[in-house]
Amino acid sequence: MTMPFYVAPEQVMKDRAEYAQKGIARGRSLLSSIYDDGILIVAENPSRTLHKVSEIYDRIAFAGVGKYNEFDQLRVAGVRHADTKGFAYSREDVDARSLANLYAQYLGNVFTHEMKPLEVEILVAELGSGQEDDQLYHISYDGTVTDEDRFAVLGGEAESLSERFAGSYEAGWGLDQALRAAVQTLSGPDRTLGPSDLEVAVLARANGRRTFRRLGDEELERRLQA
Amino acid sequence: MGLLLFPPGDDPGPDFAALVRRPREPGTEGTPSSVSSGSLPVRHGTTVAAMRYAEGVVMAGDRRATEGNLIAHRGMEKVFPADRHSAVAIAGAAGPAIEMVKLFQTQLEHYEKVEGVALSLEGKANQLGQMVRDHLPMAMQGLAVVPLFAGYDLRRQTGRIFTYDVTGGHYEEADHGATGSGGRDARTTIKLGWRPELPRDEAIELVVRALYEAADEDSATGGPDLVRGIFPVVATVTSEGYERVGDTEVAERFASLVERPSGGRPS
Repeated sequence: MTMPFYVAPEQVMKDRAEYAQKGIARGRSLLSSIYDDGILIVAENPSRTLHKVSEIYDRIAFAGVGKYNEFDQLRVAGVRHADTKGFAYSREDVDARSLANLYAQYLGNVFTHEMKPLEVEILVAELGSGQEDDQLYHISYDGTVTDEDRFAVLGGEAESLSERFAGSYEAGWGLDQALRAAVQTLSGPDRTLGPSDLEVAVLARANGRRTFRRLGDEELERRLQA
Repeated sequence: MGLLLFPPGDDPGPDFAALVRRPREPGTEGTPSSVSSGSLPVRHGTTVAAMRYAEGVVMAGDRRATEGNLIAHRGMEKVFPADRHSAVAIAGAAGPAIEMVKLFQTQLEHYEKVEGVALSLEGKANQLGQMVRDHLPMAMQGLAVVPLFAGYDLRRQTGRIFTYDVTGGHYEEADHGATGSGGRDARTTIKLGWRPELPRDEAIELVVRALYEAADEDSATGGPDLVRGIFPVVATVTSEGYERVGDTEVAERFASLVERPSGGRPS
């Protein structure tokens, strides 16, 4: 019987993390911010049909960066979790925290036990009844959950984008202002991003029961110019 | 409850009903197979009706639930939004019927979220048919559920109505449909007063009148309850979506109906 080579656990984890980070960094970043009437999510995404940002439930949205098939599978699992929970109990009992924990559990499990970690970073956002109750959970490839209280940046360049966005962030700002700052942060100093390069959605308190809404090209253009 | 991930072969896709049919999900334990409702007090919902009008469809249901010869509930709602552009109304055993509506509503929303696009109106009608068919064993034991489905077809730009039978068969109606114990009377009333492209006011009045006539003939159908201020549920579905007609407006329609010299009835 042959003995497998010994590899230090630190090295295994490091290799996996590096692999996942590399995969995530290949894709474009995504930014989410709280504004006065809801939560804004802006992704750089030239596709109109392969969404990075989607609806999970009445007040919960999902966003992912990295490998599309991997985060889309997580999105569908999230919709299933929320719908079965709302069906078995009540619509009010569906919350982002428990979903974020499930995602974290799964991602952590895959990271430590499987050959290949998932090359994704995801965001679970829940709209509260007031701005203070809005929640943003940022879950990384290894299952680390961070509870962000103002904004969240996902993707390879998260650190530099975070710094840039923190500079322009204002508590209680409006949708247009938040949107412009987000687009500027994502495009950086050398590029400009137009409506066709962006996927934008909001969870807005004014939207009734299902608070999730996508902003179309026309609306984006208008809001970016205003 | 863990994260619901499936290997490719077992994936239920956008089918929520298949998802909850799996064992172990809370609140979805199988129903006993040898129930006979003969001697059990089971609540029954009664008359619902729908018809097309100029902008889409209007749907209405009385508020009475009966248990045998007793009135079990005076304010029951039998007309529900199925999703943004469709409505479902129920007649038959109230418990399973409301459960079916809940499943149907969740299914439509689930499909829309998973697939990214809403089902076509035809697809929705089909789905409801499958749910009614799955309920057939219970129907054989006396717990029949017969829904009525109507919606605005965004592709064809028109209102459409589907009636069902207990086997899940669904049939598209040209202009109007009704079901429940007073359904026949309601439908006859609509048939006599209906004409193409009715304006909204007249359509609401006609459908309200249909329920009034049904309540007149059928003991299980509730008429307007002026003492308690309970009126039928009336809703419209147009290109703008589902909208419940306010109680005050329904009350006004009833008032104008009763004030007529013939008591709202052609003499």
